Amino acid sequence: MATALEKPTVTVESAPAPPPRKGFRAYWHLYAAISPFYLLFICFGLVPVGFSLYLSFHRWDGLGPMEWAGLSQYQYLLGDSDFWSSIGNTIVIWALATFPMIFLAMVTAVLLNSAVRFKNAYRFAYFLPNVTSVVAIAIIFGSVFSTNFGLVNALLQAVGLDQVAWLNTPWGIKVAVATLMTWQWTGYNAIIFLAGLQTIPGELYEAARMDGAGPVQTFFRITLPMMRPVLLFVLVISTVTGLQSFSEPQVLLQNTSNDSTFSGGPGHAGRTMVLYFFQQTFDNNDFGYGAAVAWGIFLVVVLFSIINWRLVQRRGED
Amino acid sequence: MATIKGSRRRALALHATLVVGVLLSAFPFYWAVIMSTHTSSEIFSYPPKLLPGTHFLDNLRHLLDAIDFYGSMANSLLVAGSVTFLVLFFDSLAAFVFAKFPFPGKRFLFASLMIIFMVPAQLAAIPQFVIMAKLGWIGSMTSLIVPAAANAFGIFWMRQYMKSAIHDELLDASRIDGANFLRQYWHVALPVVRPGLAFLGIFTFMGQWNDYAWPLIALTNPDNVTLQVALSQLNGTHGTTDYGMVMTGALLALIPLLIVFAVGARQIIGDLAKGAIK
Repeated sequence: MATALEKPTVTVESAPAPPPRKGFRAYWHLYAAISPFYLLFICFGLVPVGFSLYLSFHRWDGLGPMEWAGLSQYQYLLGDSDFWSSIGNTIVIWALATFPMIFLAMVTAVLLNSAVRFKNAYRFAYFLPNVTSVVAIAIIFGSVFSTNFGLVNALLQAVGLDQVAWLNTPWGIKVAVATLMTWQWTGYNAIIFLAGLQTIPGELYEAARMDGAGPVQTFFRITLPMMRPVLLFVLVISTVTGLQSFSEPQVLLQNTSNDSTFSGGPGHAGRTMVLYFFQQTFDNNDFGYGAAVAWGIFLVVVLFSIINWRLVQRRGED
Repeated sequence: MATIKGSRRRALALHATLVVGVLLSAFPFYWAVIMSTHTSSEIFSYPPKLLPGTHFLDNLRHLLDAIDFYGSMANSLLVAGSVTFLVLFFDSLAAFVFAKFPFPGKRFLFASLMIIFMVPAQLAAIPQFVIMAKLGWIGSMTSLIVPAAANAFGIFWMRQYMKSAIHDELLDASRIDGANFLRQYWHVALPVVRPGLAFLGIFTFMGQWNDYAWPLIALTNPDNVTLQVALSQLNGTHGTTDYGMVMTGALLALIPLLIVFAVGARQIIGDLAKGAIK
């Protein structure tokens, strides 16, 4: 491959090609160099996305002939209470995970920013949860939240409170999944916030102190406004990934009901949108409807991203 | 004097709070160690065990009997290793072109990269599965390696890195010396961007090692899966009976990753944070 690419390049460069005649052929080695990604993308990105749109107007079990269904898959989707409840589950879990996470991450970052010693050691320790596999961590959290021998219930018992069947009740399930996500992402976002804090010029704080501002005032008047772009970044990333959560509820809840492994636990309380997509597609082999569900998820994610963006934008104009 | 004492007390309170955070971060790992060193009946007893026990080797033996642990780990290494190698090569090559050479259609191709970045995985999942079934890749590691061999994030990230790291004078000098495109890539660009490659490599390896949703669907032969899928199967079949064993599996699956992270922590933490605030 190397020699094949080398020779013509030399002839191209030695040829005195006038600009108008210097067509695409003069750049063929550059196109060749970027082609692997675009070829892969066409085969496993563009064609599949187009095909999934086509599929969503059909009925197909993956084996037999495809049957034209018009808009009926989307009509069914709009009236599908299971899909709407999966949207609700996803949003509740996302909110339960994201807001505590952003708050804790901000507090951690502010503390880290003022701690001079051991900063690198702290950053290492706080980042650790984020590099561990969701599957292993979900298994471990499953035992922390276990009804019979879980640590959370043992603590509740120790202080004389009633035990909670965490992985068996609608709110327990959501709290457990959200806690897992908060644990995994707080440190990661704290380090991103810390990087943002370090870009705020020290003179601003100096000036605030001269004007007699207290630490709380300084935080709300200087730190928070200066951090808006970083906050937006973290919020957007958390929204896009949080609304597509799959592995956390799937692994955490796979043993809690005899239903499908994508069922989201008792009462489907932890069935997120993407879990519902997997269930419809790969458990029920309903490829046509699965494709419609995937487009539904896409719309929800886009909608939320726009809302996010709008909220932060508007606050910026004030 | 009083202020020194006060600031020392404040520093102490600060570090105490931060250490609580560290303990919360580390606790699940410690909990996994406790669980993997006890038998199931010990785990079920009250009060819960807070110190490691003595049954790790028993649990390990049960684990190795229950699933092909080393086989699935070898599969994970194969997938994560080859994807990392391919991504480093293809992404850096494409990034070099986007960073340093003009050509017709460049702006369009680069902009399309950004849109591709945002396409959610499940939109493509069904047709991907159908295409790979047609190609006969379903059930084999090929179905994981090939589609991941180059990605928009890596190209975008390496381009940003190369734009500032590779000086144009260096490229001009090498061109005058008669170096062609590939030679420039190999002898001029790559040596300069080694730290960037290290970040992308570690990041890619960890992402692939932890990948779960697609392997769960694509690896249809339960005896030939990656570590994450094997762990999930283990949890599915023994998760309500033999906790100690399942936890041993979860703990051991974390170790290779912790080693990779320990080696590249400084790089990855620093570069991720820098990327976010740009």
